[in-house]
Amino acid sequence: MWSWVLHRITGVAIFFFLLVHVLDTALVRLSPEAYNAVISTYKIPLIGLAELGLVAAILFHALNGVRVILIDFWRKGVKYQNVMFWIVIAIAAIAFLGFAPRHLSHVFGFEI
Amino acid sequence: MSIVIEQPRSPRSRKSANWEKYGWLYMRASGVVLIFLIFGHLFTNLFLGEGIKAIDFAFVGGKWSDPFWQVWDLLMLWLALIHGTNGMRTIVNDYTEREAVRKTLVWSLWSICAVLIVLGTLVVFTFDPCPAGAAAELLPSFCPAK
Repeated sequence: MWSWVLHRITGVAIFFFLLVHVLDTALVRLSPEAYNAVISTYKIPLIGLAELGLVAAILFHALNGVRVILIDFWRKGVKYQNVMFWIVIAIAAIAFLGFAPRHLSHVFGFEI
Repeated sequence: MSIVIEQPRSPRSRKSANWEKYGWLYMRASGVVLIFLIFGHLFTNLFLGEGIKAIDFAFVGGKWSDPFWQVWDLLMLWLALIHGTNGMRTIVNDYTEREAVRKTLVWSLWSICAVLIVLGTLVVFTFDPCPAGAAAELLPSFCPAK
């Protein structure tokens, strides 16, 4: 049940980011200055941290989506749904730990 | 919306196409494709090179002068917006109680989806990486103004 709740919450969050992201990217059609002005807000530390949250949400939603597909289509999917949930969490955590230091080094300008 | 539960073993009515089934299949099919598209997008834009610090007009101009990334981003736009809107529709269907509210919200969701798909598609296809009169230092390196 918690995987279902998390799938919904991360899905809604990603949806609202997608709306904003299509609009900010559309500014390339207006002028280089307009696009650069808006995209520079993505580089401030607070938004840089929010991007970590976005990537974490995407990682969970994507991997749990694979789990949902396996539950639906794989004969043993229902039997292994619980262990697959923890596999999802583990892979998401590993990928997140691979991404976070690199992203933070870009946002805060340090070398790793 | 009151819930009507059909009698057990009653055959599915075949008066119209089974849209809910196609929606259900779409979420899974588009989801699999989006995993590749979005992780590829995150890897090239946020992980490689200087990551978020390197993203500006010149970066986007450089990417979209290549049809490969135009098609990539166009596919991502269409698949993700329809996937997200259909997911939001599912949530609206689950939590709204009045039919008029439900219909208004679902209609709004698909309207926003359509507007953003049209906007995004136009931007990808009509984008000029070297707009006349723009400051040269903001443009990609291949622009004649450089």
